[in-house]
Amino acid sequence: MGDRILVAMSGGVDSSVAAALLLEQGHDVTGVTLKLWGGESDSGCCSVADVEDARRVAAQLDIPHYVFNLTDTFDDTVVEPYVREHEAGHTPNPCVECNRSIKFGALFQRAEALGFDAVATGHHARVTAEPHGAYALRRGTDAAKDQSYVLYMLGQRELARTRFPVGMLTKAQVREHAAGLGLRTAAKAESMDVCFITRGGRRTFLADRIDARAGSVVDVSGATLGVHDGIEAFTIGQRRGLGVATGERRYVVDVDARTATITLGERTDLLRDAVALRDLTYVDEPPADRADLFAQTRAHGTPVASTLDGTTVRFATPQSRVAPGQVVALYAGDALVGGGIVT
Amino acid sequence: MSSPPNAGSNAGPNANSNAGVTYLDHAATTPVRPEAVAAMTPFLGGTFGNPSGAHSAARAAKTALEDARDEIAALLGAEPGEVVFTAGGTEADNLAVKGAARRVRAAGGGDAVVTTAFEHKGVLASCDRLAAEGFRVTRLAVPATGVVDPDAIAAAVDLRTALVSVMLVNNEVGTIQPLDEIVRRVREQAPAVLVHTDAVQAVPWIDVADAAAAVDLVAISAHKFGGPKGTGALVVRGGVALEPLLEGGGQERGLRSGTSNVAGAVAMAAALRVTCAERAADVARIAALRDRLLDGLLAAVPEAFENGDRAAKVAGNAHIGFHGVEAETLLVALDHAGVCAAAGSSCSSGATEPSHVLAAMGITSDDALASIRLSLGYASTEHDVDVALAVIPRAVEQLRHAGKAA
Repeated sequence: MGDRILVAMSGGVDSSVAAALLLEQGHDVTGVTLKLWGGESDSGCCSVADVEDARRVAAQLDIPHYVFNLTDTFDDTVVEPYVREHEAGHTPNPCVECNRSIKFGALFQRAEALGFDAVATGHHARVTAEPHGAYALRRGTDAAKDQSYVLYMLGQRELARTRFPVGMLTKAQVREHAAGLGLRTAAKAESMDVCFITRGGRRTFLADRIDARAGSVVDVSGATLGVHDGIEAFTIGQRRGLGVATGERRYVVDVDARTATITLGERTDLLRDAVALRDLTYVDEPPADRADLFAQTRAHGTPVASTLDGTTVRFATPQSRVAPGQVVALYAGDALVGGGIVT
Repeated sequence: MSSPPNAGSNAGPNANSNAGVTYLDHAATTPVRPEAVAAMTPFLGGTFGNPSGAHSAARAAKTALEDARDEIAALLGAEPGEVVFTAGGTEADNLAVKGAARRVRAAGGGDAVVTTAFEHKGVLASCDRLAAEGFRVTRLAVPATGVVDPDAIAAAVDLRTALVSVMLVNNEVGTIQPLDEIVRRVREQAPAVLVHTDAVQAVPWIDVADAAAAVDLVAISAHKFGGPKGTGALVVRGGVALEPLLEGGGQERGLRSGTSNVAGAVAMAAALRVTCAERAADVARIAALRDRLLDGLLAAVPEAFENGDRAAKVAGNAHIGFHGVEAETLLVALDHAGVCAAAGSSCSSGATEPSHVLAAMGITSDDALASIRLSLGYASTEHDVDVALAVIPRAVEQLRHAGKAA
């Protein structure tokens, strides 16, 4: 008999196939769907329809299926910090916090308590056992779908008990496998947005939770260009919806929550040769003096040759400024080394 | 349920469809009694007539429907004309609460409703609807014993009160409410007030004909006592006027339009007949099983606690918490070991929602989230208790150990 594995099934095709593959490999598989959001959600990852899809797939695979209600934990560790970060003028990544606190936090703990050998998800990433006895976290085989960036916080403890069964498949292969098994999720569309934000979008969601503070829009010399309704509408690097006509292409180059001031500048004003990180974590050992590191500053951004100097990442060539709250992940080849959050 | 050597005579073939499973969730639903299956089978086959018709096929169905109504009425202490068939307990509660309150107000009567905060959602959501329609709704908290204080109900009632709704037995903690006393105290305050009781959880355990004799509206649901799902009834005492929820062909004296569920009504009557005949023996047998289960768990598991006053509970209810354990995780561990139990109330997604019942009783959120309901029923056996006593302490110990290690 294989291992006892708890598969987080979102109701999407990737986690459906993840469960099917583990079964085919001879494991003892149990499915679980997380109810994360108690508020309004018509397209998010925790809608009743998605739970139902997961349940039906589990029934088709003839595996037990449960629903864990983690709404309170999700609210405390993902939604509330998301709102507070925006209030501070930062640009948080809630999917990263969900992976940290929910999937590889609360769910992971419950799986361990219940005696499961491992937790599996439908993420496109790979865990490999290395010759020196450690585990590596590598990019998914489908470069366009690679999700290792949002899993940067995983360490040896988690990786030893984590499976990403679809990580070595392309998305097309995943769908093909689902279709071959006749799974109802085979052709299901992907969710792309933040799961707890639905109709009305981010601005409406935040406006309901933050008292908007109007302020000034200035240029890099400090000269006032106009006014704005609230800093939550702005993020570093943004160039649409600035509400100020300057005649030239302008970008948000700074958001100062303290004074509610938005600074606009040219593209060159955004360039930085380093970025400081907080809460750095490493997949294994800290990569002291490694010369082969590449930094990735967005979920599907191009990696840039870099070095790590304490908690500061230095780019070989200047890069567009990354907003505070965003994640910078460090890679060596296709293996994730670690990462942190921009200060 | 798990085919023990000394399986009770009630554990018919359909009670064993989940072989190897120890079923301790009778408050959620019960296995359908063989007598109910036998009674309804002809109406799923050859006897298919619509009882509202004017020919021989219709007459056969009509006769069966009215025989079922007669029998249910007699067993509930009502007149046949007072029994309204519905599609279950939730519909019966909705019809009683919304139907009575709206009718009273429309007739120039009161516009207030008094209920408790630990009612079934069928009552609470109906009250929310009434509040949105301008009714004054009072939802009273309940003591930690799980027994409503009649004085508190009486104190909330005034001459503008249209309806009082208090359940006969609570669905989560199993406590029996002092309905006679409540009705007496309420009528002292306001003689004309209508009283409804959700008796859905009471039928297997207490004689509803007696316990709800003074009540105007009584809701029951067949699947809680060995009948099929999707069938229930509301007793509407003579002279009590309701506004219907469903309008159409005017079936059920105009209170519930829609073609009658003949098979369901016939099966409900059969299940009720067997339940009433065997009730006294079942209550004695199951109370002993429940006490052995609860006392065994309290003795075997440190830091375990009971919710609700056991002396006030129906025989089948055990509600127990284990400090330091998440009930939701415990249910998974129990299910893996073949034990079916429940916690909180299930929402449409299948997730466990925090219990509004325990919250209404003033039980802390931490204690509520550590508590499970084990509900025994007519199909429960000594073997079920043996299995539960072997499985539950071990599962709690495992989860607590893991929690400390994390």
